[in-house]
Amino acid sequence: MSTDDNATQQSGIQHDQWRAQLDAYLDGELPADQMRALDAHLRSCPGCAADALNRVQFKRAVKTAGARFTPSPQFRDRILKKVASKPRRSWTFTWVLAGAFAVLLLAGLLTAYQQRQNLREQQFAGEIADLHVSTLASPNPVDVVSTDRHTVKPWFQGKIPFTFNLPDLQNTDFTLLGGRVTYLGQVPGAHLIYQIRKHQISVFIFPEDLVALHNTPHDAKTRSFTLHTFAQDGLRYIIFGDVARDDIDKLSTMLQAAAHSS
Amino acid sequence: MRCTCEKNRRNPPKTKDWNKTARRRFTLVCVSADAPQRGTFEELAMPLFNQLYNFAHWLAQNRHEAEDLVQETYVKALHGFATFQQGTNFRAWMYRILRNTFLTSRSGHKATMTVPLSEDEDEAVVNATTDTQTPEAILIDRNHQDMLQTALEELPLHFREIVLLCDVEEMSYQEIADLLSIPIGTVMSRLSRGRAALRAGVQKKLQGAA
Repeated sequence: MSTDDNATQQSGIQHDQWRAQLDAYLDGELPADQMRALDAHLRSCPGCAADALNRVQFKRAVKTAGARFTPSPQFRDRILKKVASKPRRSWTFTWVLAGAFAVLLLAGLLTAYQQRQNLREQQFAGEIADLHVSTLASPNPVDVVSTDRHTVKPWFQGKIPFTFNLPDLQNTDFTLLGGRVTYLGQVPGAHLIYQIRKHQISVFIFPEDLVALHNTPHDAKTRSFTLHTFAQDGLRYIIFGDVARDDIDKLSTMLQAAAHSS
Repeated sequence: MRCTCEKNRRNPPKTKDWNKTARRRFTLVCVSADAPQRGTFEELAMPLFNQLYNFAHWLAQNRHEAEDLVQETYVKALHGFATFQQGTNFRAWMYRILRNTFLTSRSGHKATMTVPLSEDEDEAVVNATTDTQTPEAILIDRNHQDMLQTALEELPLHFREIVLLCDVEEMSYQEIADLLSIPIGTVMSRLSRGRAALRAGVQKKLQGAA
């Protein structure tokens, strides 16, 4: 083999070695020093440069040909619906929401309770008014006719399941007209009629647990009548009439004092 | 400073972090010099939709199957997103799910039946490149794109996927190695053989057309 043949063969081997690196070179995967060396070789070797150019063109053609398939917009929308992020509430927001809900629920319950209580109290006041008016309209409003408290009180013995004290009305404008047994919610109680000037006032006495009133003493206006109630020693006193507020209060004070003295 | 999250998604740096709160919310946090930017699964996965569909179509070679494949990939990825490990490449993760889904499908089983047991068995395909004619200049002509696409379709699966991942998806050798679970040396040799087989296929078609 001649010297020229050897040189050609060696040159061919060298070119094969360079070309073996061409793909990695064009993919940007060669180490920096090898990259620089192959760069220099390509500038001096037209054969390897032509091969590199061919490979670049082929790589570009593959990139273009490979980007061939496009999904339909409908399919994209379908996948998007599957993976769409649902808005996730933070824990703080959840707690605030739960708190607000609890407050609203509590407010709702309180309102409902208050409305129910108001309704009961309105019903109670209405029933008291009916008892008062129907009694006064009766030809015999009282069963025991006496201005003496010591006559009226004993009259109730055995008729109602409790006893009570009545105030001494000396030196007052009030007069006791008498009393009768009455019923409220199927519970027996005492119904006393007092008079001041031309006005008649009903005083009802029932067991305290008959009517669960929140505010004691409790005042209300029903059909222009004045209602005042207080509880003492397990009894509920209800004072009802068309007199001025002051007169109701005076009678109430006397009744409370009498009840307290028992 | 401009946020590099978009670039990072394509080629995630090692600084990507996954914090516990964000994980619970299915949210990825890219930690950088900028303010942390969160990405939901939707924000990370949907930009890859067209690429994944294209790759799926090349694998399945059928629109209907490609759609099934992509849909299954997204559903699996969404369910597994909470366990997606920090510091790993989201794009490669999605491609890996897609490829594994394909390989376990009926079409995938059929395609892998033709995969040679060793790289040497590809010689028959690759040796056709001994002809020194170069089809590259001809391929620049758009009229010959169909020829190249057909040659790509006819490539064995293991060549087709590696050529597509490198030349179309522009993945690095390391990404491809991770995705296919093979050493980088194997990536290089298989890619070289795949390109050679593709050139041979194009050459054959050009000769047939002449």
